[in-house]
Amino acid sequence: MVTPNHYLALSAVLFAIGSIGVVVRRNLVIIFMSVELMLNAANLAFVAVAYGRGLMSGQSIVFFVMTVAAAEAAVGLAVILAMFRNRQTVNADDIALLRW
Amino acid sequence: MSPYLFYPLACLTIAGALGVVLNNNPVRSALSLVATLFLLAVYYIALQAHLVAALQIIVYAGAVMVLFLFVITLLNLSPDPADRTSPLFGAAALGSALLLAVVLGRALWATTLPGAANTPLPEGFGTTVVLARQLFSEYLVAFELTSILLLVAVVGAVVLAKRDPSPADMDAPAPGREA
Repeated sequence: MVTPNHYLALSAVLFAIGSIGVVVRRNLVIIFMSVELMLNAANLAFVAVAYGRGLMSGQSIVFFVMTVAAAEAAVGLAVILAMFRNRQTVNADDIALLRW
Repeated sequence: MSPYLFYPLACLTIAGALGVVLNNNPVRSALSLVATLFLLAVYYIALQAHLVAALQIIVYAGAVMVLFLFVITLLNLSPDPADRTSPLFGAAALGSALLLAVVLGRALWATTLPGAANTPLPEGFGTTVVLARQLFSEYLVAFELTSILLLVAVVGAVVLAKRDPSPADMDAPAPGREA
């Protein structure tokens, strides 16, 4: 019997894998993809709880998360493109202008 | 969803997620992410979220991932040895992520959720009609704000990605106009 809690556990695992990607990888595009993975893990948790409790709000929230993620991807990738044009790198360690 | 379907699919999803993080080639990472997003859509169908599953495939696996692949090819990214942090840092990240997964999993497992458990789903649960009705009543303000957000994102992306015309480019005749 697969309960919503199984989906929540899977969502926790996916979220943790995404967080590893954000910390370990230095390529900005891949860091970005890891963030998308974490957002999707959260979406899975919302849908699972919506199903387990018969509440449609969970699915509405997922709709909004998807919209914000799409907007974030468009702007974020544009920022990465602009940065690549100016610095010829997408390595997060090389872009340390605001870091001491 | 039957356990015989759930566990193999869960393994595939986790393998796809690991593929995103571990692959050296950014294109392979992106394709692993596409696979993971498709598998998540399967879960959404099993959880009676049909519209969300369709949106997941169209918006995420379709539009957003095409954008990612497009940027990867545009930047001409190739496997880069400087892409990883030091092994010590990686081990620390792995340890803390395991801890995060355990804590999150335990917390989610033990949480008492709102609403009633083990009740039959309400009539029309997960259908487009019910979701749309909720979006246009309960979440109307958020829904309208979303349109502004998307407009701002489109304008912002165009402005950011636009090539600044440098003075030298402006003085030079446009290609094809010399004759």
